[in-house]
Amino acid sequence: MTAQTQPLVGITDVVKHFDISGGFLDRLTFSGGLPSLTTTTVKAINGVSLDIRQGEILSVVGESGCGKSTLGRTVLGLYPPTSGRIEFRGERIDNLSAKDMLPYRRKMQMVFQDPYASLNPRMTVRQILEEPTRFHFPDLSASQVQDKVAEVMRQVGVDPAWAGRFPHEFSGGQRQRISIARALMVDPEFIVADEPISALDVSIQAQILNLIMDCQERFGLTYMFITHDLSVVEHISTRVAVMYLGTLCELADKASLYGDPQHPYSRALLSAIPRLGSAGFSHIRLKGEVPTPINLPTGCVFHTRCPHTDERCRREIPALRLLPNGSQAACHALEEGRIW
Amino acid sequence: MNLWKRFRGSYFLYSFLHDPVAMGSFIVLAVLALAAFGAPLVAPHNPYDTTTIDIMDSEIPPVWMENADAKFLLGTDAQGRDMLSTMLYGMRISLVIGIGATFLQAAIGIVLGLIAGYKGGKIDNFLMRMADVQLSFSTLMVAIFLSAIFQAIFGVAAFESMAVPFLVLVIGIAEWPQYARTVRASVLAEKKKEYVEAARVMGLPSGRIMWRHILPNTMSPILVLSTVQVAHAIMSEAALSFLGLGMPITKPSLGSLINSGFDYIFSGSWWITMFPGFLLVLLILVINLLGDWVQDVLNPKLYKG
Repeated sequence: MTAQTQPLVGITDVVKHFDISGGFLDRLTFSGGLPSLTTTTVKAINGVSLDIRQGEILSVVGESGCGKSTLGRTVLGLYPPTSGRIEFRGERIDNLSAKDMLPYRRKMQMVFQDPYASLNPRMTVRQILEEPTRFHFPDLSASQVQDKVAEVMRQVGVDPAWAGRFPHEFSGGQRQRISIARALMVDPEFIVADEPISALDVSIQAQILNLIMDCQERFGLTYMFITHDLSVVEHISTRVAVMYLGTLCELADKASLYGDPQHPYSRALLSAIPRLGSAGFSHIRLKGEVPTPINLPTGCVFHTRCPHTDERCRREIPALRLLPNGSQAACHALEEGRIW
Repeated sequence: MNLWKRFRGSYFLYSFLHDPVAMGSFIVLAVLALAAFGAPLVAPHNPYDTTTIDIMDSEIPPVWMENADAKFLLGTDAQGRDMLSTMLYGMRISLVIGIGATFLQAAIGIVLGLIAGYKGGKIDNFLMRMADVQLSFSTLMVAIFLSAIFQAIFGVAAFESMAVPFLVLVIGIAEWPQYARTVRASVLAEKKKEYVEAARVMGLPSGRIMWRHILPNTMSPILVLSTVQVAHAIMSEAALSFLGLGMPITKPSLGSLINSGFDYIFSGSWWITMFPGFLLVLLILVINLLGDWVQDVLNPKLYKG
């Protein structure tokens, strides 16, 4: 652990709840003859703390609806957090005005999942790439901007001669390259990649992954890589954060997580990776379904499906604790030594 | 040059050239619009020039009937004005009011619809309730009300000189919610898309996101609506003029021509009402047919039985 060095991005106790109550009439209920207004919230993220270190690729994994995309968008300020702090190089950024946020906008960028929706269909590639540059670097001359567009297009492997074309004239993989180029145009330090390869062909996925890793090396980027593809995670990441139902279960180095997963959910998740050559397929079967994030279980969110649940798990929310092998996990059973 | 090349290869042009109804409507509309805006050059007489009008020429029938005068192809009205010329000048006024009112509606509606859709929440609620209130008054009621006030304050003479801008204003204000609702609906769909989030991650100000990113992607419903609204505005103007609240008889639009001839229809002078009526129907029909075609081309997913 290198706790002394300052993390690039610090996330402290971030909570994000979405109000889905609807209008006045939807909220009106009668309990015991008295009218009252009920509020329904989706508890997308419940107190997540983690640090992202300079130069690493931190993967965030978890099943659909566990809040990993919400976490990424909250870090970038697309959603204001309900509570908690987000820091960039030690400076708090979650409470800044749009104007004060601008210098950080340049440093933090995002690559989106769907390359068909993330590029404006009415703008040419040149316009898409020039806009952020002109906006953040107003001092650059027109020819400097054009040079930069051509340079970045070459770096991501798209022929600069195609800059005059519209996004619909490109294939999915090329669009994702353009999407990455747009993020690179402002010389960012930190990129949130929200399932950047999930919408692509398997044959293209590897190319885009290589491009992402290539850019990390060349520009010294730090990534928060959101995905549900565990084999990609194993290939790409430095550290891995496992999320379940808006909560961080385990945060570990890639090697310790894949070699020796600690949290019962991580164990179940990793046992579900299909492997070549092994006879039979024995994975840990979890019972039941993921509870709805509208009505969270009390105590540990995983207790309804965990094979090691006891009374304390139902009552008390576990905190993230450092384990002997260097990983961090939030589990009472691990802390008490009931499982190992 | 590039734009022209793209237009020539576009599906828009292709489907236009393969749709006889659209082509026919467009040609008719183009001829009508050219004749209307070129009225001072095309029309045989100038109905605004009182020195050329002779009251003795009044109610002369069209040339193919008895007692006709070869000077007046479609006959004359009760004041001795050549019907053909008066209709051309009148159509010019109708078109100007229709297009002008549509531009005003679009300007108000697009701005308010964009803001309502993008900002959401209380602003959205407020603007949309305002639109509901506006829609609950019919255009005619608003116009009757406002023109009565206007005439009472400034007098009838001032109203006659201000009639065109006044009608543009009334019809424009009465119908802006159509645009606001259409734009808001498409903004709600567009703002969820990732390219808008990408623009927000860039830190672009929301006004710029609305104008540069979202608005261009809502253009096709706006275009479809505009064709319908032009026809609608021309009809509203005709209805108001028919009721005597629109264009004065000295500067008649198609509606006020129909109205002025209405008194003579039972004395046998049917042409004063019928010819402007036919022209109005033809004008609205071709605009609507074109609008229908535009809708088919721009919203191909829309099922039409």
